[in-house]
This record gives sequence, structure tokens and C-alpha cells, in this order.
Amino acid sequence: MTAQGGARDIVLEARGLVKRFGAFEAVRGVDFAIARGECFGFLGPNGAGKTSTMRMISAVSRPTEGSLTIFGLDPRTHGPAIRGRIGVVPQDDSLELELSVRLNIEIYGRYFDLPRRVLRERADELLEFARLTERANSKVDDLSGGMKRRLTIARALVNRPDLLILDEPTTGLDPQARHLLWERLYRLKREGVTLIITTHYMDEAEQLCDRLVVMDNGTIVAEGAPRELIERHSSREVIELRFGTDTPEQIRVALATHAERVEVLPDRVLLYVEDGDVALRAVHGSGLTPVSSLVRRSSLEDVFLRLTGRTLVD
Amino acid sequence: MSSVEPTLGWARWRRSWWYHAVFYAQTWRGSVVSSVLFPVFYLASLGIGVGHLVAHHHGLVEGQTYLRYIAPSLLATTTFQLGEGESLWPVLASVKWIRVYHAAAATPLEPRDILYGKLSWVVTRSFLTGVVYTAIIAAFGAVESWWGLTLPFIGALITLAFAAPLTAYAARVESDASFTMIYRFAFVPMFLFSATFYPISAYPGFLRPVVQLVPLYHGVALVRAAAFGQGSVLVQLTHVAVLGAIALAGVAWGRVTLRRRLVD
Ligand SMILES: Nc1ncnc2c1ncn2[C@@H]1O[C@H](COP(=O)(O)OP(=O)(O)OP(=O)(O)O)[C@@H](O)[C@H]1O
Ligand SMILES: [Mg+2]
Repeated sequence: MTAQGGARDIVLEARGLVKRFGAFEAVRGVDFAIARGECFGFLGPNGAGKTSTMRMISAVSRPTEGSLTIFGLDPRTHGPAIRGRIGVVPQDDSLELELSVRLNIEIYGRYFDLPRRVLRERADELLEFARLTERANSKVDDLSGGMKRRLTIARALVNRPDLLILDEPTTGLDPQARHLLWERLYRLKREGVTLIITTHYMDEAEQLCDRLVVMDNGTIVAEGAPRELIERHSSREVIELRFGTDTPEQIRVALATHAERVEVLPDRVLLYVEDGDVALRAVHGSGLTPVSSLVRRSSLEDVFLRLTGRTLVD
Repeated sequence: MSSVEPTLGWARWRRSWWYHAVFYAQTWRGSVVSSVLFPVFYLASLGIGVGHLVAHHHGLVEGQTYLRYIAPSLLATTTFQLGEGESLWPVLASVKWIRVYHAAAATPLEPRDILYGKLSWVVTRSFLTGVVYTAIIAAFGAVESWWGLTLPFIGALITLAFAAPLTAYAARVESDASFTMIYRFAFVPMFLFSATFYPISAYPGFLRPVVQLVPLYHGVALVRAAAFGQGSVLVQLTHVAVLGAIALAGVAWGRVTLRRRLVD
């Protein structure tokens, strides 16, 4: 271990990564390095280039430009070897709908050349993990959306990956299934598995990610630990106010005197302040009458809004 | 390097073959029954019905009763249908709608492994179908030569000559809009006009070279020659060469289109 740089065991490194589809540039030169055992997040609005980036770092899609190293290998020349050590949860489930839940796992495991006996054991274990044991012989077509998602996640673990790449893994999961997945991801992390995750859920990113990047329009607009990003890009607290149907401009102007920053969203106004209670009293004192008000701590949601001008909830 | 895969690249496609085999084993229900009953009905109806008319007018077709004359071409048309049937919609579904090929591409498989696995399965299935059909054709008394043992191989070649280019094509389109057109304006005429139901000599001289441009014609000519042990070996090798060239070109094209679809 050296004092600077190189101290961490780097699993994946991207430099100036570009992905173009015809003339359209989906990823416009991004740089990042991910250490072993780290949970690294990608946040960004729809179309930011997250999936395009995930597909490149899964050693599937070829970068148009830039350099990429995974496990110290070049995916252009060592694609199969690299992919053999990666688990991928794609954004769309891409399951074989006509086949049973169990066969979906076994077939996928065969792609990694796992022997039948091992496959059967792992399938049992993963079915248990995904809470699909009872549905093992059901056709995937008959499963609910959340069950399909759980199966896709289970399938990605069949090769016991060193690096797990999850593109919006919890979209469509109920809260219980989501927390179960978090718990399982913590466990994998403790075992030294590196996790890369994209998500639209800020609480998820804050809970899981050691570090994350915010992507917008194919570029990285911020990078850091969740708390760090919040401190850097937002105030300590936030007041959420609702004013009936719409928020007239004069209210906005009036509010601006009470906060470091004001964001007017279609359904509410956000005031960025150091001390929420103090500021809220001041708002009420100045004669404004919001229908409802709420004081909370700043979150990644606010960072996101600040950096991209968009909210994450679609 | 310990991290490099133990299995050699050339063997990887077998994992994809296995997927298709399992898929078929799970979903074939009914298709086997129909694939035995269909040829029997087909031979019974055309062979006996039209055969009756033929016998009435001319007697024999190239020295055969009509039933025996058309029996081998059944193998050609069936393996052709198997090739096209496994290609257009199923491939587009795999790369676009349900995206199972994308899932496979995230594993050690390369796009070409996915292609080879698929085609080798279709060829396997065609060969097995060919064995059954050869037995049925023989039961109708239409296999007269030891060359008849090559019929399942010829069937497999016919299947590949259609499956390979059509898979390549389906891997590159964005919708199935063109597929119906291909059926109507390529497959149906091909089925009807490849000298399937009568000798090519039934066409006027100027049309024969046109028929010879149709890929299925070469398949029909081959199975007939093999079943009856007729015709020069050189001519048969030409038919094999035509089908083989189409198959190889299809595979080469498929490597390009599937790669583009899955990794670009
Ligand atoms: N195969 C493709 N061909 C052409 N354009 C593409 C392709 N894949 C992605 N794009 C475009 O690239 C941009 C980035 O897409 P990408 O899927 O990476 O975004 P994302 O950040 O994952 O969005 P979301 O949150 O909606 O999943 C989009 O404008 C998309 O239309
Ligand atoms: Mg995406």
C-alpha cells in the first residue's frame, strides 16, 4: 500500500469513455475508477447514459473511444474471461418467458460452463434467495413483474461474480423485497464483491453506495461519497412548502429572502436553508400561508435537482 | 493467468446449443405428432389424388409413380420450412422483444457463439427430422438407393442454407414488417415453383435457368437424386456447392449483424 494513488486495489478503470450510436453521443468521455469491495453508484435522469455505460463496463458493448480496464484486462481482447467473473442485472429482465424459473437459472449457468450438479445446487440456493422456491417450476411468463426482477437478480449471481453490475435492480420491487436485496448486497460486499449500481431511488443510493457519480447528458457532473455530495451541493436542511394549486411568482420572490436557494417544482417549493425550523418561522412570520410544510435534511435528491435541474421521480 | 477461462473458444457455442435444445424439449408438445402426421397426410392426399390423375394421363413421372416421385421433395420442403420457421420471428424476438440473446451476450459467450449455437441446434433438429422423414419416404417405397442414407444430411444442409441468411437478416431489422412480405413473395412461390411437384422439364426452356436460381430448387433436385440414386455425382455436387455457399455466406453475414446488434 502506498500513500497516494495506487493504494486501492482497482477493479475497473475507465478513461475518456465514449459511446456513440451513429452520430448520437450517448456517453461523452467519462472517467472513473472503482476499487475492490466498493459499492459504486450511477445516478442520472432518463437518457443520461447510465445503461450505455453499464453495458460497456460489463464488457459487452464496445466503447467507441477511450480506455477501459476490468480486472486489469482489456475487454476488447479478454471479453469472455472478464464476463466470466461479472454478474449483470440488465435494466430489462430479458428472461426466457416460455421456460420455468429454475431452467432460466440453469441455462444461464450453463453459459458459464458450470457442471450440472453445481447448477442444481446453485439454482436451489438462488431460488431460496429470490424467494421463488415455490414458483421454481412455473413459467416465467406467469410471474409478477417483481418476481421476474428477483429472478433476474438471482440469475446474475449464478457464477458467483467478483463484480456485480446492477442497472436499476429494485425498480418494480416491493419494499420488503427491496430491503431483502439491500441486505444481500451488503453481504456480498462484505465478502469482497464489488458492486456497481444505477438507481432512481435516492435512499437506495445513500444507503448502499460508498461513492457515486451523477451523470447528465452523457457526462459526469459530480463525484463523491453521498454525504460529501450533499454537503458540497446542498444546504443542511430543506423546507418543502405546498401552496394550493400553483405558486405565483411573488411568493417565489418573497421566499427567496428566507433561503439560500429556492426551487419551484410543479407541486411544491423547496427552500434550501441551514436551520429549517428557524426559516419556517420566518416564512410564516412574513405572512405567507402555505397549505402544508415539512422540514427535512438534505438528500441526494436535492443534489440531483441542483446539478441537473430535474427531479428523479418520473 | 488464472482468470482466463478454461474452456476453449470453439467449444463455447455448445452452451448456446444446449439452451436451444432445452427450450425445444420444453416446448415441442404437439409438434412431433404433427411432424409425423403431416407428411403422411401430404403424401396420401397429393400422391394418391394427383397420382391418380397422372397415372390416368401419362402413367409415370421420370420412371416413377407420382407418389414416389414427390415423396423425397417432401423432405426438402420440410427442412426448408424448418429453416425459415426458426429464423425470422424467433430471432427478432431474441434480439429485440425478449432480448434473451442480450442476456447471453453478458456471459462468456461471444455473439458468434450465440449464432453457432442457434444454427447448430436448428441443424440438429433438421437432421433428426430428416431421419424420421427418410424412414417415412422409404415406407412409401420412394428410397431406391443407398444414397438415400445421405437424405438427412441433405436436409440439414437445406435447413442451414435458409436458417443462416434469414437469422442474419432478422438480427439486423427493427421490426417484423418485412417478414410477411418475405413469406408472401419469396417463401410461398419458392415452395410452389422449385420443381417440387413435377420435374423441372415441365417448365418451358427459357424458365428453367430462372428456376435454377431458386435456392430450394437445388435442395429438391438433391433429395430426388439421392432417393432414386439417379443423376451424375458432379451435378449433385454443384447443388451441394450452391447450398453450401449460401449457408456459409449466411453464417458470415450473421456474425456481422449479430455482433452489431449485441455489442455495438
Ligand atoms: N442502441 C442504441 N441506439 C441508439 N441510441 C441509443 C441506443 N441505446 C441508447 N441510446 C440513446 O442513448 C441515450 C442514453 O441512453 P441510456 O439507456 O444509456 O440512458 P439511461 O441513463 O440508462 O436512461 P434511463 O434512466 O431511462 O434508463 C438515450 O438518448 C438513448 O436514446
Ligand atoms: Mg437505463
